[in-house]
Amino acid sequence: MRKFLTANPVELRLSVVLLILIAGLSLSTDTFLTVANITSLLNNNAVNLIWAVGLLVVLVAGGIDISFAVAASVVQYVAAKFLGSVGGGNWFIGFLTASMLGIGLGLINAALIHRFRVVSIVITIATFNAFFGLLMFFSSGRSIYTLPDWWTKKIFIFEHQSASGVWSELNLSVAVMCVCLVATLFLIRWTNIGRQLYAFGDNAEGARRAGVNIALMQAVAFGWCGLMAGIGGLMQVNIAKEVVPNALYGRELDVLAAVVLGGARLGGGRGTVFGCVLGVMFVAITQNGLNLLGVSPFAFQMIIGATILVAISTSNMSFDISGLFEHANPTGKKGVSR
Amino acid sequence: MSFLTHIRESIGSEVLSLFSALVVVVVGFSIATPLFLSASNFGSIAFQLPVLGLLTLAMMVPILSGGLNLAIIYTANISGLAMAAVLMHFGGAEASLGAFFLGAIAAIVVGGLSGLLMGLVVAYLGAHPILVSLAMMIFLRGLGEFLTHGGDISGFPPYMETLGHGSLIGVPVPLLIFLAAVFIWHIKLSRTQHGFSVYMIGSNIDAAEYSGLHTRRTLAMIYTLSGVICAVAGILMAARFNSVRVGHGEALLLVTVLACFLGGLDPFGGFGRVLPVVIALIILQCLSSGLNLIGANQHLSTAVWGLFLIGVMAMRWVTSRLRE
Amino acid sequence: MNTPNEFALQMRHVSKRFGGVQALDDVSLEVKVGEVHCLAGENGCGKSTLIKIVTGVHPPEHGAEISVFGHPVAAYSPTLARASGIAVIWQDLALFPHMSVAENIGFDEMVGAKPHLANLKSIRKRAQAVMTRLGVSLDLDARLNTLPIAERQVVAIARALISDARLIFMDEPTASLTQSETDALLDIVRTLSANGVAIVFVSHRLAEVLDIAERVTVVRDGRMVGVYPTKDMTQSRLGELMTGSSLESKVSARDMSSAEAVLDVVGLTRRDEFEDISFTVGRGEVVGVIGLIGSGRTELAHALIGMSQPEAGTIRLNNASISPRSIRDAIKVGIAYVSEDRLSLGLVQQQSIADNAVVSVLSRLLGYLGLISASKKSNLVDDWIERLAVKIGTSKDAVSTLSGGNQQRVVLAKWLATEPKLLILDSPTVGVDVGARAGIFKIVRQLAEQGIAILLISDEVTEAYFNSDRILHMADGRIQSEYNPIQTTVAALEEQIYA
Repeated sequence: MRKFLTANPVELRLSVVLLILIAGLSLSTDTFLTVANITSLLNNNAVNLIWAVGLLVVLVAGGIDISFAVAASVVQYVAAKFLGSVGGGNWFIGFLTASMLGIGLGLINAALIHRFRVVSIVITIATFNAFFGLLMFFSSGRSIYTLPDWWTKKIFIFEHQSASGVWSELNLSVAVMCVCLVATLFLIRWTNIGRQLYAFGDNAEGARRAGVNIALMQAVAFGWCGLMAGIGGLMQVNIAKEVVPNALYGRELDVLAAVVLGGARLGGGRGTVFGCVLGVMFVAITQNGLNLLGVSPFAFQMIIGATILVAISTSNMSFDISGLFEHANPTGKKGVSR
Repeated sequence: MSFLTHIRESIGSEVLSLFSALVVVVVGFSIATPLFLSASNFGSIAFQLPVLGLLTLAMMVPILSGGLNLAIIYTANISGLAMAAVLMHFGGAEASLGAFFLGAIAAIVVGGLSGLLMGLVVAYLGAHPILVSLAMMIFLRGLGEFLTHGGDISGFPPYMETLGHGSLIGVPVPLLIFLAAVFIWHIKLSRTQHGFSVYMIGSNIDAAEYSGLHTRRTLAMIYTLSGVICAVAGILMAARFNSVRVGHGEALLLVTVLACFLGGLDPFGGFGRVLPVVIALIILQCLSSGLNLIGANQHLSTAVWGLFLIGVMAMRWVTSRLRE
Repeated sequence: MNTPNEFALQMRHVSKRFGGVQALDDVSLEVKVGEVHCLAGENGCGKSTLIKIVTGVHPPEHGAEISVFGHPVAAYSPTLARASGIAVIWQDLALFPHMSVAENIGFDEMVGAKPHLANLKSIRKRAQAVMTRLGVSLDLDARLNTLPIAERQVVAIARALISDARLIFMDEPTASLTQSETDALLDIVRTLSANGVAIVFVSHRLAEVLDIAERVTVVRDGRMVGVYPTKDMTQSRLGELMTGSSLESKVSARDMSSAEAVLDVVGLTRRDEFEDISFTVGRGEVVGVIGLIGSGRTELAHALIGMSQPEAGTIRLNNASISPRSIRDAIKVGIAYVSEDRLSLGLVQQQSIADNAVVSVLSRLLGYLGLISASKKSNLVDDWIERLAVKIGTSKDAVSTLSGGNQQRVVLAKWLATEPKLLILDSPTVGVDVGARAGIFKIVRQLAEQGIAILLISDEVTEAYFNSDRILHMADGRIQSEYNPIQTTVAALEEQIYA
């Protein structure tokens, strides 16, 4: 762990800040460090984390995906229609459907990016519009409230009643989130495919010369992101108990901010699952803390935005400092690449 | 050099191909519905185009410099809010024209300052523009929510109606504002030292610095001017909707990026011109109003915009392959 | 050894065409087992294309015969090339900056579409074994971008060896190394060759080529010139073979001691970079600074142009004390700097020739309403293109479409347009063909005659020797001694400098 943190200074710095934040909130409020609060933090952020690790894989491979949140909406809607037409299905069929749909949408991105040699930001902004527009067109913007029972039923993986009688529980999405985190960690850290993804993101030409299959890399990265989008979409319905076509619109940028805050590099080659957790939890705990401290909810976003701005400004100063001084370089050369 | 190639050289091949795409779109819709080639349709296009157009100009120069400005919509909203606050202070619907000018100045100062802040962070701290503007977007959205508590401000003086919906010698006022901005942006990019530096920085900021260009100052200026044009868009939005609400125009953010790429901007920066982007905007607006006329809704045109961009990218790939 | 395996590589009748360009035309290359073979030729002569064909990046055209260690090869891919024992160390190294040293060395084990576990332990072990074999020690867990270039070069060599390569191509491996690092690298090459590994060495440093290689294959304009033993080859003969023309060099030094000083530097010091630097450059004088990478030569230039600030000492230009804080200040007082890194600092490669030529003098192009005047711009561009005889299609073409020599002329045009009093040339012939170098120096000589003071920084002794009026030797951040080319010879100079 120590080795990991010294090799990843952004994660190290964010961990320290997060620990200070947690310590401060634990001391200043008596509600922060309670089972009820912690479980609700996890429940509320499970879906974001699932998406975050999906996006992480794309960022590591040197791309960016703007379309995953609306892709999740498409998965939700199509899955709801499909499951309704096959008599409801069950969790297994649900996961299978959501995964397949998600991967399919991801592969559309990968195929367009690879085929037409266009940078991922252009293609995913195009598919963002295409996915969202078609979804809204075919659904006419109408939500679906009649969903199979299994899908909307609360499943608790942990229940606890405090001395004062307050119930707290962890729901299924947290378990799924853990599986997704471990699976992503396994993929990018412990398999040859994952290491090729890092290499491709780090130096695409070098990877090509070494014989890395570029088309496969794009497919794995965007396919995985799509898979996570689909699974996240499935779990989001489990929490919200409805499919609202435009509910996830705009979430992509919030997730992106959290992932990059956690040390993933726009341009590829850097980023960890642990950093994703830190990034998402940093935003969540800041908001949670503001809430517990009695700050007006209307001020949350403003404070979070300012915090991220400060965090990004300061962290960039040191983690790219070598580059800054080498050429007296005012900005890191734009990072988004194929 | 023949006359045709001379024309091609001077206006650029991307203008010609986009222009032909526009012709195809116009002809297609004219055949599909007689309503397309009507004064009222062109009128509605002329009123709808400017807000998106101004926001696209705000997005364009950051992209040319190798960055992105994701905060444009909320910069416009906050600037609109600043103006609304001034108008409200001076009596709301009874506010004088002087109050309007004061409000407009307030809006431009607010927009410019939020742009300047981003620009300074990008230029002097070396943070990635996507991240900086993303954080700024979240901050401004939060600030707006904090100030308005999610509500909207309405009840503007009657001249705001003229600004948003009126015409001057037959030309819609918003379109006049947009055309003026296009002209200024075109001159700025093609004929000024600032514009020259933008392209150089977009291609290679280190070499630009070694050549003696003010790279940091230029970057700060790029985002400041982007904020200023957002403010103009914000004022126009207030006039168009007759109200200011944080979140107005949210859906336009990625459309502006789409328009820039459609207009042939290099996503890595360094290349792209105003004229093709304007044609791209007209194409998008024609697609939208044409689909509307044949009975499809706004959402279908969103989808068509996305598919159209993919189609254009595919075409560019095919032509570049053919040229080899 | 007359076994079929006497040759590590035999290539015959290799041709390759890219669009309208015949990059290679019936070229042959034969490398013996355990031999150090040099591939020599100017930039763009087809060396890189040849390497890319051997390593399967590009397929050759029909008719080529390639056999590796006696086995004929039909279809070719990077993976196949590696499997048959071929490895390349590219000039840009093709390494992964954010990955660890161990993973960079063992990366080839990861390549492939078939998923398997990444066994980092075994990679570390094997990487360590290769390091031991090379007699070097590096921190296997360090991230690559924290290492200096020379150590990255070692990582690239280790990466080639871990896959048991028996034929290694090295593309300009010494281009960015200091002299001692180069020596260490050449020692490694000799060790490898003694162990039976064949090495194909591509370098533009002729002295080095003759030092390390046994035979040299010369390629010019995509065609084979011939194969020669290096035993009785001289630098000038090799240069002639590469360029196809004789390179007569004369000492051009003049006595400039009476020239008034344009630049007068006294006691200039910046910690860890250079110390107590004092020298003058007179009006119309060319002062050569010989210094290798790491000697402080480029850092000194950076201080003169305001990219960094010295901690002690004074800089006087035309008797006025200056302390530039930015390159803009330097331009204002009349200093111009031709960077050693033309690709990423000297020119904005993607942009047009015209824009690059005027970038430093924009304020002089302003006309009506303070806007850039198209006619003033094109007059200036046309004027300089003519004066420096830059060969171009149109000035709207991207600079990257030009040859190295013509690009360097554009750089000179850009700086001469600022009407400098002092012109600093930092390694002006890097990436410029041997044949085009003379043209560049002819311009430099003319500029000196027009009265511009010139500081010529170079790591090639011959270049400084033939083109300077005086030579300063810089090493370890200090000026070690001063030489007069007329009173010494290249050989004597090299001996004193490399001793």
